[in-house]
Amino acid sequence: MKYLCLIYHAQSMLDAISPSELSKMQEGIRDFLEELQEKGQLVDVNRLKPVRTATTVRMREGKLSTTDGPFAETKEQLLGYLLIEAGDLNEAIRIIARFPSTRFGSVEIRPIEDSLYV
Amino acid sequence: MRREKNLSAVLDDLYRAESRRVFATLVRLLGDFDLAEEALHDAFAAALEQWSRDGVPASPRAWLISTGRFKAIDAIRRRSRFDASLAALAEVLDARAAETAEPQDDGHLEDDRLRLIFTCCHPALAPDAQVALTLREVCGLTTEEIARTFLAAAPTIAQRIVRAKAKIRDARIPYQVPSRDELAERLEAVLAVVYLVFNEGYSTTSGETLTREAIRLGRLLTELLPEPEALGLLALMLLQESRRAARTTADGEPVALDEQDRSLWNREWIAEGLALVERALQSPRFGAYSVQAAIAAVHAEAATAEATDWPQIVGLYDVLLRIRPTPVVELNRAAAIAMRDGAATGLALIDAILARGELADYAPAHAARAALADRLEER
Repeated sequence: MKYLCLIYHAQSMLDAISPSELSKMQEGIRDFLEELQEKGQLVDVNRLKPVRTATTVRMREGKLSTTDGPFAETKEQLLGYLLIEAGDLNEAIRIIARFPSTRFGSVEIRPIEDSLYV
Repeated sequence: MRREKNLSAVLDDLYRAESRRVFATLVRLLGDFDLAEEALHDAFAAALEQWSRDGVPASPRAWLISTGRFKAIDAIRRRSRFDASLAALAEVLDARAAETAEPQDDGHLEDDRLRLIFTCCHPALAPDAQVALTLREVCGLTTEEIARTFLAAAPTIAQRIVRAKAKIRDARIPYQVPSRDELAERLEAVLAVVYLVFNEGYSTTSGETLTREAIRLGRLLTELLPEPEALGLLALMLLQESRRAARTTADGEPVALDEQDRSLWNREWIAEGLALVERALQSPRFGAYSVQAAIAAVHAEAATAEATDWPQIVGLYDVLLRIRPTPVVELNRAAAIAMRDGAATGLALIDAILARGELADYAPAHAARAALADRLEER
């Protein structure tokens, strides 16, 4: 089963990380992803550009509305995501518990629907 | 072979004693709570019909499990004529059934109950959903009974249970006992739920089944993982339950601890509880359950109410207050101090707690205050 893991960080938390901590964390992320890939459990991973680049689109009564910014303004920002393959939720939690971002931010785990259509 | 006219009574007893065990195993075999519930009821319906003809089988529990499984696979197969995706499910379940031909030994069944407990108490479920689901699925309470316990509307509880089961299915929360390194963490949630179940049974005179059930769950947990807090909780439940016969009058009126006939206390459970407390407190990792059990143990060891070792109880409340700094613990500590140092000292403490307002609506606080005030006046 596939699980989408959304990585959220508070900007203030990110600002507080020292350069040496940051490089250590990036190294940890690299190792973590390599290991996950070797096990064949990494489906996809991406980092997102900063939230200031976000654009939100809605169509209402035939009129397109395009606005600057994310869908919801929150203290925590979506920084990236992992798509992983895990047997069940416990395994997904075990995997994500070792992801370095969990020590600074939060990771939301969402199971992927089998079918694209309802 | 039992006679036919007793069959519905036999089935009633069997349902009460075994239905949740059978259910726990059916969840493992069928991989779904709702399928298992349906299979359980089909199995009992089949028993009513078949046993009246052929008599009660030697192992009713094993019969119910295999019949339930058979009925479930059969029902899925019939429905698969209209829904092709179900055909595959029926095949998988059938294959699994062939693999585990004789899974009904006692060890397996106890494991299944534990699996069910850990799944119902999974931290990915909201705490109120964990409690509702455990009472419903592990203990077999009806939605209405659960609603009464929590002073909630039955539809609210029903929705909570439906949502929890949907999350178990959709997010694929596995039906398993956590691994050794996760067990301690997961145990905490389980203990909280077990104690709530115990309290549900403790507060009613007819709740003996529930308290026994909670104690049984407690025993099972201590066997699997003799963590100090699991031992402490079991001790606490045994020591509290040991007073059941003395706790109420024949009319069901509550009898205060200092007025209870201590010869009615269950000595066997007290002995077991005392041994457990001792084991729990030997570990540096003991917690609130173990300390509460230790307090209950001091009461249990006193031959009369007058002989109670109040200085020791106050000391234990000091420890408890550090672990669990709540106004209710403070209140109980104040009541113990009143017994050690006199009513006036206790009354001053209780007034200070009440002045903060958190316990303004907590009836036992006002009752404790009134009792102390009475004692002062009597002198």
